[in-house]
Amino acid sequence: MKKSGPRLFFLRITARKIDAVPFFPAPFFLVAIAVGSTPPAVAVEQPDTCVECHQAFELASPSAPTQVMGHDVHAQRGLSCADCHGGDPTAAEQERAMDPAKGFIGRPARHEIPQFCARCHAEPAYMRKYNPNLPTDQYAKYLTSQHGKRIAQGDPDVAVCTSCHDAHGIRGKHDPQSPVFATNIPGTCATCHTDAALMERHGLPVTQHWDYSQSVHGQALLFRGDRAAPHCASCHGAHEAARPGVIAIGNVCAQCHGLTRDLFAKSPHKAAHEALGLPECEVCHGNHLIQRPTDEMLGTGPQALCATCHEAGSPGFATAQRMREAIERLKAELTRAETTVTRAAQLGMDVGEAQFEVHEAQAKLTQARTYVHSFSAQTLTPIADEGLRHAQQAGAQGYEAIKAFQFRRQGLWATLLIITLLAVGLWLKIRDLER
Amino acid sequence: MERLGLPAAPPPPPERREATKGAAQAGRLGAFFRQRYPLGGLADLLAHKTVPVHRHTVWYYWGGVTLALIGIQLASGVLLLLYYRPSADGAFESIRFIMTRVEFGWLVRSVHAWAANLVILSAMIHLASTFFLKAYRPPRELTWVSGVLLFFLLMGFGFTGYLLPWNTLAFFATKVGTEIAGTVPGIGPILRTFLCGGSDVGDATLSRFFWLHIAVLPAGLLVLAGLHVLMIQLQGMSRPLSSMGERSTPPPAASAGGGSAHSAGPFGPAAGGGAMPFFPNFFLRDLLAWSLMLGLVLCLSVYWPATLGEKADPFAPTPAGIQPEWYFLWMFQTLKLFPGHVLGIEGELVAIGLTGLAGVVLLVVPWLDRPARHGRSSWLVRLLGIAGLAYVAGMTGVALWLGAHH
Amino acid sequence: MCPRQVLSRRVFLQYLLKGGVVALFGATLYPMLRYLWPPRGVESSVSSVVAAKSGELATNAAKIFRFGNRPGILLHTPRGELKAFSAVCTHLNCTVQYDDEASVIWCACHNGTFDLNGQVISGPPPRPLEAYQVNVRGDEVVVSKPA
Repeated sequence: MKKSGPRLFFLRITARKIDAVPFFPAPFFLVAIAVGSTPPAVAVEQPDTCVECHQAFELASPSAPTQVMGHDVHAQRGLSCADCHGGDPTAAEQERAMDPAKGFIGRPARHEIPQFCARCHAEPAYMRKYNPNLPTDQYAKYLTSQHGKRIAQGDPDVAVCTSCHDAHGIRGKHDPQSPVFATNIPGTCATCHTDAALMERHGLPVTQHWDYSQSVHGQALLFRGDRAAPHCASCHGAHEAARPGVIAIGNVCAQCHGLTRDLFAKSPHKAAHEALGLPECEVCHGNHLIQRPTDEMLGTGPQALCATCHEAGSPGFATAQRMREAIERLKAELTRAETTVTRAAQLGMDVGEAQFEVHEAQAKLTQARTYVHSFSAQTLTPIADEGLRHAQQAGAQGYEAIKAFQFRRQGLWATLLIITLLAVGLWLKIRDLER
Repeated sequence: MERLGLPAAPPPPPERREATKGAAQAGRLGAFFRQRYPLGGLADLLAHKTVPVHRHTVWYYWGGVTLALIGIQLASGVLLLLYYRPSADGAFESIRFIMTRVEFGWLVRSVHAWAANLVILSAMIHLASTFFLKAYRPPRELTWVSGVLLFFLLMGFGFTGYLLPWNTLAFFATKVGTEIAGTVPGIGPILRTFLCGGSDVGDATLSRFFWLHIAVLPAGLLVLAGLHVLMIQLQGMSRPLSSMGERSTPPPAASAGGGSAHSAGPFGPAAGGGAMPFFPNFFLRDLLAWSLMLGLVLCLSVYWPATLGEKADPFAPTPAGIQPEWYFLWMFQTLKLFPGHVLGIEGELVAIGLTGLAGVVLLVVPWLDRPARHGRSSWLVRLLGIAGLAYVAGMTGVALWLGAHH
Repeated sequence: MCPRQVLSRRVFLQYLLKGGVVALFGATLYPMLRYLWPPRGVESSVSSVVAAKSGELATNAAKIFRFGNRPGILLHTPRGELKAFSAVCTHLNCTVQYDDEASVIWCACHNGTFDLNGQVISGPPPRPLEAYQVNVRGDEVVVSKPA
């Protein structure tokens, strides 16, 4: 066990845990009464001697148990030290308070922590009294996880409940300061999963967190705070954390990308991937470093992924080519239309309807890109063509607006011509009059 | 005709060999009205009205041009009124509707916006030229006074009309403008509350400005402009001091082919001096000027059409660099220039006081310029006039330059 | 100068002047008359739009209409209410549609689903659909943005 931190009398104070020496000299106890006349960190209904005593020497340590009770979910529900650690919180002397006969457990060993927490958290009848909606299967799930399996084998490295949830000062997962709040989860996992020495002992890479933070999901969650984006637990499970596995990965992505997965499932790729033992989405999109997909990934070009499996001349190759062409046609027409409409708008003409059509075309482009996953040109091409029609309509309307603008110029010149003729006539008449 | 209680019709004029069919028709039409209404005096007045011809005659067009531009404003304004909606909810959208959906709406609105700027410019030129030509000498003092009041009225049109599109520029320019109005000593807060229709610029302000712009100010314009033009017809056109000695040769005859004053062309000076008949000589020149002005307005409207801007958001912070319209810039810049305190009084108050004083001085110039009342030109008055003009032009220039470089 | 030449010049001048005046008059009057004629698209504000005629939509049906330069969706719910929302999906701006089998609003792009109050039921959309006000004026259904 690590021993660090300053010595205070007969105690060693560490960051979170107090290694209490069993023998507690009486003189210190008297001093503690004098020193400990400050009010307790949390107001408990009856006097809680655990808190009273421990608070006395934890004042200097802001993360010590009694100092963090203020935001602890257990403490907020009236639970205190003895409810987990056992003992007698009404007893004034240490021997009686921390008496194993009174049920005192003290600090559990690391591999005992999951069971320690599960004494309550796996008991539906007990948990119902505090939060009927809180699940009670975490321990069961944990046992199936990689962490749970390895701790049963005596592995001291893997995470236990307190690794992610803290031991004291536990914050609920909806508290933004909690290590298990959505945006904090990647960082919490990374505490161990980017530790090179630790990961090497288990033959695991350490690049996942970096890859994830560069991905669309990581950018959304970590930099834009978009909690709709997945974090580690969304795909790996929280308590049941493990790799999804080759077949399951499609289901995992489908939690959000349902339509895409449905299209994939109806496509010829489904059977092919199964036969080849290939993971569904991951083959093209990766798992942690999932980047924004580009149109270059589709088709038969240099960066295209289709050609890695489909040889030139094969039906798949042809389909890939046709799908890419359909999308490129739509993009080209859309760009043309946007240019025309923007020009008309800059000229000051009303282009509301044209912009509406542009918007519709853009929506069809988005839909077409989704329907790539049907891997069928017959399905994709009608969608792209509909978008094409909207874009053409927009372009035509933009062009009309520009023509109307030019008509104004022509009308002006015609009117100026009339005015010039009139002015010349007047001038001649004046000269005539005064000759 | 005696049956109708009207005086006996004047004897029909001697037969004139009318040069054209059109003139003969006009003659018949004139006879129709003359037989029914005692218009003889009026017709005589108009037929004999002359315009002095001298080297400054070119400035005599600006009154007519101002009037023509006012006419354009009235026409375009009445058209805009058909589709404009004066509420914070609807004003901006109705302008967008006019600009984009109504046939030629963009043209009507742009003409109204450009002619507004041109009418004030034209009025300024007219004011400056009548000042320097001392057209305010007796007996024309009240013509001058009504003219200055008309000028103030036109500025009022500009100020109230500017808010009506309800875009960001308009909203914040009005905010600044009403705030300045609020600093006038004494009546300031009352004036501001009256203008704003409340404690701040809002929907009520829009209603009030609309009311002023299409009812109150036009009524005032009608009365003042009517008086102004009537007084000019009754008294004839003023002749500057420098050309007083040239009234020797008689005015040229009106009909074509008749004797005429030597003229180097429509805008050239008359060698023999004297005057030219208003109808048709000067009037034709007026029409020429008005046609060219119309052409200018149309060119500007098509090449630099009025813009929509963004709808005003009263809760947005004031954008940087808000300035009022160019014709208020000199006042705006003056306010900014004055130090915080002058001789213990707030600088702003002093600036407003001086501007107000300048306005009053302008009104009573006919009585202040004593030498002119006796037919003598005063170098001091001319100097003050040039100084005033230079100040206004200079301040405007400074404000524009600062605005472009902020 | 020969009188006949002078006369024809004078006549030419008369025509020029009269023609010029008439032409200018016409050139001024034509735009004014076109201006006065009511333009198509009566609403002058993009904060309200006639989405449909009453009775055009059957129960449990919907219609996409143009609101400004963005699509809107007008629903006639199974319970008989008329509701309108922005048809722009809050996920990636695709245009939503009505699923009359499940009586929900659905986005074809990524399977986002909204209930008949515009609230997200499932899928990636992060925010509900913007709701509009619906009023029936005579035989027109007018959709407007709430103030």
